[in-house]
Amino acid sequence: MNNIAIELRGIDKSFGLVHANRNINLRVRKGTIHGIIGENGAGKSTLMSILYGFYQADNGEILVDGKPVSIRDPNAAISVGIGMVHQHFMLVENFTVLENVMLGAEDSQILNKGIAKARQELKRLEKEYALEVNPDALIEELPVGLQQRVEILKALYRRADILILDEPTGVLTPAEADHLFRILGQLKAQGKTIILITHKLREIMAITDEVSVMRRGEMVATRTTRETSVEELAELMVGRRVLLRVEKGESNPGDVKLAVQGLTVKDSRGVTMVDTVSFEVRAGEIVGIAGVAGNGQSELLEAIAGIRRAASGTVLLNGKPVDVTGNADPAELRDRGLAHVPEDRHHVGLVLKFEECENAILGYHHDRRFANGMFLNIDAIRKDAEEKIAKYDIRPPNARLRTANFSGGNQQKVVLAREMERDPDVLIIGQPTRGVDVGAIEFIHKRIIEMRDQGKAVLLVSVELDEIRSLSDRILVMFAGRVVGERSPEATEGELGLLMAGVEGRKEAAE
Amino acid sequence: MDFLHVLVVLLESTIRVSVPLVFAALAGLFTERAGVFDIGLEGKMLGAAFAAGAAAAVTQSVWVGLVAAILVSVALSLVHGYASITQRGNQIVSGVAINFIVAGSTVILGEAWFRQGGRTPALAEGARFQTINFPDADMIREIPVLGPVYADLLSGHFLLTYLAFAMVPISWWILYRTRFGLRLRAVGENPGAVDTAGISVIWLRYRAVICCGILCGFAGAYLSLAMTAGFVKGMTAGKGYIALAALIFAKWRPLNIMFACLLFGFLDALAIRLQGTPLPLIGQVPVQLMQALPYILTVILLAGFIGKAIPPKAGGVPYVKER
Repeated sequence: MNNIAIELRGIDKSFGLVHANRNINLRVRKGTIHGIIGENGAGKSTLMSILYGFYQADNGEILVDGKPVSIRDPNAAISVGIGMVHQHFMLVENFTVLENVMLGAEDSQILNKGIAKARQELKRLEKEYALEVNPDALIEELPVGLQQRVEILKALYRRADILILDEPTGVLTPAEADHLFRILGQLKAQGKTIILITHKLREIMAITDEVSVMRRGEMVATRTTRETSVEELAELMVGRRVLLRVEKGESNPGDVKLAVQGLTVKDSRGVTMVDTVSFEVRAGEIVGIAGVAGNGQSELLEAIAGIRRAASGTVLLNGKPVDVTGNADPAELRDRGLAHVPEDRHHVGLVLKFEECENAILGYHHDRRFANGMFLNIDAIRKDAEEKIAKYDIRPPNARLRTANFSGGNQQKVVLAREMERDPDVLIIGQPTRGVDVGAIEFIHKRIIEMRDQGKAVLLVSVELDEIRSLSDRILVMFAGRVVGERSPEATEGELGLLMAGVEGRKEAAE
Repeated sequence: MDFLHVLVVLLESTIRVSVPLVFAALAGLFTERAGVFDIGLEGKMLGAAFAAGAAAAVTQSVWVGLVAAILVSVALSLVHGYASITQRGNQIVSGVAINFIVAGSTVILGEAWFRQGGRTPALAEGARFQTINFPDADMIREIPVLGPVYADLLSGHFLLTYLAFAMVPISWWILYRTRFGLRLRAVGENPGAVDTAGISVIWLRYRAVICCGILCGFAGAYLSLAMTAGFVKGMTAGKGYIALAALIFAKWRPLNIMFACLLFGFLDALAIRLQGTPLPLIGQVPVQLMQALPYILTVILLAGFIGKAIPPKAGGVPYVKER
């Protein structure tokens, strides 16, 4: 029985009324990559936090190398050889790589001695695992891919034999993700055990040896990756059959509804975030904007929606100019047929402390239907909210519940219902399925296609390349604030990935 | 009264008034670098000054006074720590509360114990700090330029004065060259990184707060045992806030802190020096304006002349493990 690196027996954990983990049993074989997959809120992160000593299980046992261990804090986890790469990097941004790696494992009270030793050890690790990174670079100056590498080095420096990676590819470009997978393959070859937590089925299929599926706090199945399929895993995750491919017919583009010409947006420090971007969106088509997060997509959306002032350029909505460089008024734009689903629903799209029905009319609260002069028509508002709840299958179906108490997917549906039911001419959507479960993703995608088929012009921004490819009729790729290329949705992922990384785009722009 | 003499006198008093600022700003450096904002420097200093004055008056020992100052200041720090670290309360509210409590209770206790209108009795020579004269100071004073600098500027200060300026490189060394300092700076930037590295965020922040208490204790003891001979109500007179301004002005760096405190101290000294002296062209400047100068300068400097002062990223935010 010596080839089991980690075994969990009957792990149980509740937070108040929420039963996050129920009687979890799991065996991870030594020297393998073991995937753990599940929807948001399925309990994956809780389980891993228990393994890393962040939380104590209410019940159950953890065995490392066949021996029962008690993991009361991260220190205990580190000492039995467990390392973790967190989804949000646990790095001190204004420290150097070396300082981050050393932190907590400095060896002596005075730093000098430890520094020399750490430098040497870091060099050895870099060589052994091909994880090059400049030890004296500041974290904040490194791209995310390298920051993640520092996280991995931190774990290796503490002599971790079991590495847990929590949603490691969320922030990476496809090329960076591929690189990460190569690194993980190498670590596996060196005998390390890797636990990979993700909700991306593609990654599971690409890299894992075995995969365990979690659903609503329970471990519902473990499969050998070679013997399972994406369809089976999706069904296990959601608990019912899921349509993974978005079904859509040919697009039927009509008149230009939204025209953007030479739009330039600068941030508060004067750095150009969007650089002379031009494109059009026609009625009945979905234009997708692909790109790694932070390449100007957010600023572009905000400028078009009238919530961020552009430095120059013009935007035509239904052929009439929008005052994007001056005082564009989001309320006025809404009246002119523009609906906006913001990227950040928590801060821009919703007031989390409001009741669902209040959020369902936010921005439209002056409507005759919902208000008489200065008084709100509460009955009409609740009735409207209930209709939307039924139509968008928002759960729990309670218009009086605080919005904060809905899951991410249902919150997103509240925003979508609000904006889509206004019957806009132009719909701009940012990250429609960020933090949304597989089941809800399917629903949201269907609704977006329906909007298109009703003749709306849809502008879609997403960092999920799969989403862009399956929904869009045309794909624009943004890199460093510029549109570096336009592709059809048939373009390969590799081709788009190169554009997103700015490799192909430069050539194209030069020609 | 040649120019050199005036300058030396001015700089000498600059040093004198800068000492509590240096102690208090370094105290703030320790907690704020660990992510605990502390607007209560003023209160801790005042509490320490009172404790020093009272204990020295009763025991006639300057050392007992110093220890009492440190103990009281650390105790107040722990109250702030308990409220803001353990109970995750609002750090500004807790700090302000400490300032108010100390401002009131020192007067009440002083009046109850000594019946001198909130003062502590004037201290005899043995119960307060004496200046330390460097060897041969009087002889060397005769040497032009260097003489007065040695004899009047460097020599003839209190022990605590030398300690304050020694604390600048020592604080730097602790923060940048020791394990404790590395962890302390890390916990002020990203406590999550510290927690996941297996280090207790809570304990680390408490230690930082205790360091702050000790240094504020020195600042308070200096006020009532060295600069004057006894405690007077409200004797900190906003020095805690000026120290806080110096800390921000110095962008949370030890050496910059010393220069910032010296600058504020110089303005203070200049204000005292220029009282009643008409200036060329301007004429007589009202005393109040001169006294307000350090504050006005602080506002102007902070408003834009020093570039962006980026506080420790996790500053003011209680640490809660993410769920």
